[in-house]
Amino acid sequence: MIDMLLINGFSIQISQMLLVLLFSPLLTGLVRKVKARLLRRQGPPLLQPYRDLIRLARKEAVVAESASWLFRIVPYIVFAATWVAAALIPTFATGLLFSWSADLIVIIALLGSARFFLALAGMDVGTSFGGIGSSREAMIATLAEPALIMIVFTIALVAGSTQLSTVANIMLAGVGLRVSLGMALFALVIVALAENARMPVDNPATHLELTMVHEAMVLEYSGRHLALLELASAIKLLLYCSLIACVFVPWGLAPAGAPLHVHLIGAAVYIGKIGIAGCLLAIFETLIAKMRVFRVPDFLGAALMLGFLGTLLLFVSRSL
Amino acid sequence: MAAIAPIVATLWCVAALLITGAIAVAVGRLKWARWLIYGSSLTVCAIACAVAIVHLIARPAAVSEIVLPLGLPWIGANFRLDALAAFFLVVINLGGAAASLYGLGYGRHESAPERVLPFFPLFLAGMNLVLVAADAFTFLLSWESMSLASWALVMTHHREAENRKAGYVYIVMASFGTLALLLAFGLMAGPEGGYAFATMRAHGAPTGLAGLVLALALLGTGSKAGLVPLHVWLPLAHPAAPSHVSALMSGVMTKVAVYGFIRITFDLLGPVSWWWAVPVLFAGAITAVLGVLTALMQNDIKRVLAYSTIENIGLIFVAIGLALAFEGNGMKAAAALAMTAALFHVLNHALFKSLLFFGAGAVLTATGERRMETLGGLLNRMPATGLLFLVGAVAISALPPLNGFASEWLMLQAVLLSPELPQWALKLLIPAVGAMLALAAALAAACFVRAFGISFLGRPRSPAASNAHEVDGLSIAAMATLALLCLLTGIFPALVIDALAPVSSALTGSRMPVQTHVAWLSIVPIAESRSSYNGLLVFLFITASASLAAFVIHRLASDKLRRAPAWDCGFPDPSPATQYTADSFAQPLRRVFGGFAFRATEVVDMPSPGDGRPARITVTLRDLAWDLIYDPIIRLVAYLAERLNHLQFLTIRRYLSLVFGALILLLLILAAWS
Repeated sequence: MIDMLLINGFSIQISQMLLVLLFSPLLTGLVRKVKARLLRRQGPPLLQPYRDLIRLARKEAVVAESASWLFRIVPYIVFAATWVAAALIPTFATGLLFSWSADLIVIIALLGSARFFLALAGMDVGTSFGGIGSSREAMIATLAEPALIMIVFTIALVAGSTQLSTVANIMLAGVGLRVSLGMALFALVIVALAENARMPVDNPATHLELTMVHEAMVLEYSGRHLALLELASAIKLLLYCSLIACVFVPWGLAPAGAPLHVHLIGAAVYIGKIGIAGCLLAIFETLIAKMRVFRVPDFLGAALMLGFLGTLLLFVSRSL
Repeated sequence: MAAIAPIVATLWCVAALLITGAIAVAVGRLKWARWLIYGSSLTVCAIACAVAIVHLIARPAAVSEIVLPLGLPWIGANFRLDALAAFFLVVINLGGAAASLYGLGYGRHESAPERVLPFFPLFLAGMNLVLVAADAFTFLLSWESMSLASWALVMTHHREAENRKAGYVYIVMASFGTLALLLAFGLMAGPEGGYAFATMRAHGAPTGLAGLVLALALLGTGSKAGLVPLHVWLPLAHPAAPSHVSALMSGVMTKVAVYGFIRITFDLLGPVSWWWAVPVLFAGAITAVLGVLTALMQNDIKRVLAYSTIENIGLIFVAIGLALAFEGNGMKAAAALAMTAALFHVLNHALFKSLLFFGAGAVLTATGERRMETLGGLLNRMPATGLLFLVGAVAISALPPLNGFASEWLMLQAVLLSPELPQWALKLLIPAVGAMLALAAALAAACFVRAFGISFLGRPRSPAASNAHEVDGLSIAAMATLALLCLLTGIFPALVIDALAPVSSALTGSRMPVQTHVAWLSIVPIAESRSSYNGLLVFLFITASASLAAFVIHRLASDKLRRAPAWDCGFPDPSPATQYTADSFAQPLRRVFGGFAFRATEVVDMPSPGDGRPARITVTLRDLAWDLIYDPIIRLVAYLAERLNHLQFLTIRRYLSLVFGALILLLLILAAWS
């Protein structure tokens, strides 16, 4: 019996890891396609990100002469940390085998590790654009990360746990409409936009160097290194969508030990949820303009305050 | 052979250190003195550390005591080794051993070894004695010898005006701290003069005076630990000393102050009240955020590290504050969790801060520079130092899977238990403290991206940086040991938590659940459904996925690599001056936080078109602690001194009448009193 559970958990874990890896470029492609259609352009095909990744991976990597060994291993670290974080967020089922090895705070810290190394890589070659990207990323992160922790506090106090599987199960059972959760959702959306370098914080499609943050950090990368970093940012986007879906719209998640068809339904529902999230993101990005860099702290400060208020409300009363 | 009591063994170690110091006075100028002094310090610290570890693991509940016929005649010199002291002995001697090992290599560059060698063992001896002292007299005496020895080490290079100022500020603040502690002990001893800790413990808090004692203890230990606003001496003094001494002062001596605070509040002052937590949480949270923000604005790499010490002390005090809040409300399990988090962070900070100071010392040796603006590209020239400094930077930024994250994770878990607290003051304060913790952690990551990125990455900004060479093997061995310990305590936090159990049982009457029985060495503070973390698995997952990605890509796609000039959007600039500097990196954060924290102002002097002079930007940051507290005090003292100066130039008649007046006044007071 225990063996069955173990095998079940293991297969769910593996399929989830493959799912996020294989599915994430599609989400990026979808967002690009919808944005293009909204602007009445044809747009690249949905599968274009896959082709880009394969082509990049096959090219030789060009590394700047002043780069150190850190520059060459950062893509692998960033990719690994992001992938591990994504693998620990329930997408279509809660019975992940390794979900106990890291809770929500660890997942956030793993993304923090990825960002730490990426910011270092931006400074490694010693160009002004790399420095600008790292410096601005550091500013965004110092506001986004505490906001995220406060959001986690809010969620954890409602669910009585920082363990994502437990949180998802409790949310699935229903906790009713809560003011604090509403604030957390709003704050989480803001943070997700900032962390994924989306509008209005950063423009993922820009080629004007002085307005870039994320793109400026990876400016010196090419070939397989760039492919890994692109894949990592695609996974990160999927991760945030999955996180929002798992905590705030958990319906359809297959509980631990459910039969196979429930899992399949869960997977279908998950893909539907992510598709809707991608379309909403595209619509939002089309409607809004990019902010000046020094307006971003106000934007993220709002998220921090909302997360803080959510937590404070729960300290005052557990039922808010 | 009869087993020696652990306290006796520890005292023998202290005696050996004192003798080493005395020998150093005689042989300090000789070439091989460094080998003798650091070698014997290393051995003695290793022995003392082993004694403490054995005591902590083998007989955790045992208390080992001894009274020597020294000190105050009616109580003698009391020494006592319990779980709390044993844990701190481990931390102090681990740091001491690492610093001695580092000193073996680093000491060769010392221009005035006779000024360092005698005080180094003395400093270690002082810190060890504070931890085992069990009466107020011995405690204060050891505390002062620790302060004075470290002051002498700060003054090693006393010909530099900056160091003299650092030494002066340090000794004033240290004296103030000792005065506060003296008064605190005096109040606890009561009118009967029960100066032995055992008597104080039996008495409990003097009625109605617990608040005053707490305030004095916070002032006394906080001034040594570096709590804002008592921190002003720390960023001056820690960088002024030789680097291995900086590591001892920052990584280790601040922990002695933490020990003093825990000893007074949890042990001597009787049953804990919940409101003690309020000032501690408040001071801790402000210290954490202000410390790291100031660290972000510094340009001297050792000052960055010193301010970051202030931040970490803030974190530790926040965790102690949480433990006080839980303990005061009888929430034993939560108190044990918060106390374990505090102690775990004490160990972690000692490990990674020593490592980082050693790294800064290596940079100083290799380039002769502490200013980050003149460094850059050192990772290519000093690969081992660079890698080890990076490990320390990741650990201190609280990133998994290293040790800094494990202790901060425990702190956040403790915050999540606090809505159960009944008091409104705490309910409103603790969420804010939680937000400050998160903010401090994020700022610390930015701070160390900046410190490592500017110093070790990029292109060299000066000839000194481009001609740097790797440092000697002993220095690297010391750093590698600490880096390995950072990794091990990070991926096996369960072992540390279990070793801390006797300490938290002794202090809070409770302990965290046994961790080593949990499958896969996960840590589970309350229950697995609530929260759990497994550093080992996270480490293995990251390593495995990174290796898998590398393998797949190199096998299936391409493994070709070509070196070329930097791309830089097609406009590569040959001058390294176009790189981001430490100041430009911090500029966005200065604009976000600086106006509020430092009253930062930026004045841009932009010449009109056609004007040939360069544009200038002038940034002014103000230290509010100096502006609001210290400057008024200094002005008041100067004013009074000026006034009293007139007394020096009176005629004999006036002196006599002054004496007569004073006598009459005193007699009147005496008459009114009785």
